[in-house]
Amino acid sequence: MEDKTTMRAPVSQKPHIIPKPEHPEYIGGSITVEINEKKITVPFGTTILEACRQNQIHIPTLCYHEDLCIAGVCRVCVVEVEGMRTLQASCAFPITAPIKIKTASPAVRKARKHILDLILSEHYGECYSCFRNNNCELQTLAKEYGVDHYNFGHIKSPRYEVDNSSYSVVRDMDKCVLCKRCVRTCIDLQEVGVLEAINRGHETHIGTFFDKPLAEVICINCGQCINRCPTAALRANDPRDEIWAAIDDPTKHVVIQTAPSPRAAIGEEFGLEPGKSFTGELNTALRRIGFDKVFDTNFTADLTIFEEGTELILRLYKALVKKEPVALPQFTSCSPGWVKYLEHFYPDYIDNLSTAKSPQQMFGALIKTYYAKKMNIDPANIVSVAVMPCSAKKFECNRPEMNSSGYKDVDYGLTTRELAQMLKESGIYLPEMPKSDFDDPFGDASGAGLIFGATGGVMEAALRTIIEFVTGKKVEDVFANAEIIPVRGFEGIRYAELPITEVGEVPELIKHLVPDWNWLKGVTLKVAVAHGTANAKKVMEDIKAGGRFSQCHFIEFMACPGGCIGGGGQPIPTSPEIRKMRAKAIYDEDNSLPIRKSHENRHVTDIYKEFLTDGPCGHLSHKLLHTHYVKRGKYIA
Amino acid sequence: MEAIIFNPKEKRRSGPVIFSEYKRGDAIRKILTMSREDILFELKDSKLKGRGGAGFPTSTKWMLTAAAKSDKKFIVCNADEGEPGTFKDRVLLSEYPELVFDGMVIGGYTIGAQQGILYLRGEYEYLLKPLEDYLEEMRKDNLLGNNILGKEGFNFDIYIVLGSGAYVCGEETALIESLEGHRGEPRNRPPYPINTGYLGKPTCVNNVETLCAVTHIVMKGGSWFAKFGTDKSTGSKLFSVSGDCEKPGVYELPWGTKVSELLELVGAKNTKAVQIGGASGICIPKSQFDRTIAYEDIPTGGSIIIFNESRDMLHVLKNFMEFFVEESCGQCTPCRIGNYKLLEGVEMIERGEYTFSYINKLKDLGRTMQVTSKCGLGQSSPNPFISILENFRDEIFNRPNGGRNGR
Repeated sequence: MEDKTTMRAPVSQKPHIIPKPEHPEYIGGSITVEINEKKITVPFGTTILEACRQNQIHIPTLCYHEDLCIAGVCRVCVVEVEGMRTLQASCAFPITAPIKIKTASPAVRKARKHILDLILSEHYGECYSCFRNNNCELQTLAKEYGVDHYNFGHIKSPRYEVDNSSYSVVRDMDKCVLCKRCVRTCIDLQEVGVLEAINRGHETHIGTFFDKPLAEVICINCGQCINRCPTAALRANDPRDEIWAAIDDPTKHVVIQTAPSPRAAIGEEFGLEPGKSFTGELNTALRRIGFDKVFDTNFTADLTIFEEGTELILRLYKALVKKEPVALPQFTSCSPGWVKYLEHFYPDYIDNLSTAKSPQQMFGALIKTYYAKKMNIDPANIVSVAVMPCSAKKFECNRPEMNSSGYKDVDYGLTTRELAQMLKESGIYLPEMPKSDFDDPFGDASGAGLIFGATGGVMEAALRTIIEFVTGKKVEDVFANAEIIPVRGFEGIRYAELPITEVGEVPELIKHLVPDWNWLKGVTLKVAVAHGTANAKKVMEDIKAGGRFSQCHFIEFMACPGGCIGGGGQPIPTSPEIRKMRAKAIYDEDNSLPIRKSHENRHVTDIYKEFLTDGPCGHLSHKLLHTHYVKRGKYIA
Repeated sequence: MEAIIFNPKEKRRSGPVIFSEYKRGDAIRKILTMSREDILFELKDSKLKGRGGAGFPTSTKWMLTAAAKSDKKFIVCNADEGEPGTFKDRVLLSEYPELVFDGMVIGGYTIGAQQGILYLRGEYEYLLKPLEDYLEEMRKDNLLGNNILGKEGFNFDIYIVLGSGAYVCGEETALIESLEGHRGEPRNRPPYPINTGYLGKPTCVNNVETLCAVTHIVMKGGSWFAKFGTDKSTGSKLFSVSGDCEKPGVYELPWGTKVSELLELVGAKNTKAVQIGGASGICIPKSQFDRTIAYEDIPTGGSIIIFNESRDMLHVLKNFMEFFVEESCGQCTPCRIGNYKLLEGVEMIERGEYTFSYINKLKDLGRTMQVTSKCGLGQSSPNPFISILENFRDEIFNRPNGGRNGR
């Protein structure tokens, strides 16, 4: 994701990168420019926009986004460069000469006003009937430039149909300003390439392959385009009305599970700085707005570690001991965006995907079976909601195979943004809520389940358990404070090796599957982590070519840059800095928990005693907690 | 005034520079004895400027591409002749392919490119076969291929790529995007194609006529070329003359020709206005017919459209604006929406539903478009709006039908 040299976007949307000098202090390494008559020295090749931002000079932008390559199409960021006939887009102009720049001259101000007037003339709708009201970059710019009337008129009727064919992403092209951030997100950041400009001139609009509905193209539902849309042209498919109706229906028992990432980010929706989790406050708030029970998705994250970990052990046992052909490396299956990406782009590798359902879907299946039975509630009357940082979860819960409980396992996927809206509608200011715990019988989960939210988290959680299961030693003895640093961080692809030098006893729970660990002695466990499908693609291509990653045993893939904390259902805006803060919130919370390993979560061990009595990957867990995938390919009839 | 247009008997045209005598391969044979620097000096002496319309000095462009370090370089001939009222390149390609292709070989030799690409306008598809046959003949004669004419290491070949009918692909960076198989959208500049062009390699994009001029300059010398035309506009120019005149066609005239002289030559009567430089050029009224066509006064890529007294200038303007609304690539805001707003303004005048203050606001918007658009299309598309409304103010705002009669 940081590597901008292998981009797939057309050059017209690529930045002109001039390698920054290693020693800017040497002669020729930096350049002194004059910005608004102030002398500023910057490294050779810095763009005008970067130079200004480093020096607290504000330049408005619209098509520019920190995560994306440079398009230079909105022309809002134009500045005056002395000696040039035209104004220059500051985002796309690298400084290579001692130029003189004016960022707010009369010509610049007039030009920006004109451009805003033009965009507004075609931007259909009114701000007060828009879900991005107060969180819209166009609105902010209009305010900044004192737009008080439509200088060049205002479009009176819609030009496009709203595309709400997808379970996940809704497109309203009447709100589109053609900044192409979604296009660059899809083709360059994610390397999926579903969206592109169609037609020419005034007829230009963003569309899909042959302008088909989004549900009928290879969209992976990651929703990264939503996070980067400056206006309301893209949004998630919002189930709030249905959920309110269920809450208001006295015959329905409405339960909600909350994933760790929304808790780490929802504060931003209430105007707080990123980097603080509101787990306890959210529990109270959810009960106050009418949910009957509040559960922690981390419980099934812990359960996932058992199921997916056991599956890995079984695959390794098959490969190393029985010498049978088996699909390795095993891929994680928690990220529904990644799963659909694989189904479309690498359908031949679906056997490598862990058959374990994602934590959301495992929970759904347990709520309508185990929980319903335990509480003596008719599963038909249970409405199961999942708060996720994710737009693809909405698609996942609607996958036709996700009904192993006999009912739709999860009824509604709700994004962080939509949940915040529900709280606001109910007059709740989240940061002021008292804290409370999760409801039984699932209770509070471990820190291992919690860190699923950040890239590398699933791997770290799995390793915490695998190390203790296999070696019999404490993780803390291997990695200080049980922090498995090699798999943490934001580097696009990470690779780690763990030599297994000694083995212990096989735990009781899986003793019937593998008799001993001796076959693992001397094996070096090779694992990798990739986040963002562009990085996933690199790993997959390497696997196809038989490279280093094909030798791995277990690879964690997350569709979204940064993992779930950067998911398509998270608060807007997003940036590398914001994602870092959210990850910090999650790791901080993990640090503060008494239980930080999945196998130490007593609720999980209990459920294997009480309900899933034939153990991980046993008959019942296969029925309820595992799934299968579809070879979708790139051609959809 | 001496200029003879297409003579059907001889099947050849004649003119001082471009249409002067030339035999295929002569210039290639000549450069075998010349160094790259020799060619660049001749070009510099000729003061040749790019004939596509922008008028960038060709010697500078070639020098910069020659100086760029890269394992691969490209020379691209821009034959995406799309400016309304231009058809000179079609004549050159169909009647004088030797000038074009020899010019490309010279370019390849000079800048160090081994591959030439002719980007042919989609509508000229019928020229594809004859041109490819012509290239095949050149290969047979060893004017293309490896070790051209026996010169060790002089490898150069040309292939032809057909455009898909977008006007904007005449803009060199959009042309390169199109060559790479993307939407024809202009790139940000810098970087310029001379550094980062086709496939990221140094690429020299030249107009058809420029390359033809280069071939003649190599044969006859830069100072010979500089004798024609004016001080800053050397050589001659091909003009595609169309509209209300008796003898429309392609004319070769030296730079510095007065508009009135040209009109007389082509037999234009009762002329009201001349659009010079195609849709993105300027429109001048009778009172300015003594102006000269040269970089010093009115620069042009060669399109001359003549309107006589019977034409409605508002309709002329509307036609141009409709063209730009359709042909804008739609990438940048000022061009995509700005042109549409200008067209709306023209329609308002047509209906008589306008205020002068709004029309002035649109002119002001046009001036913003000229400085904020990403490429030359949007930077020049307000030209007809501004020039026609200013130069034909009385006619347009005193229209009999529906006009506000100046109120």
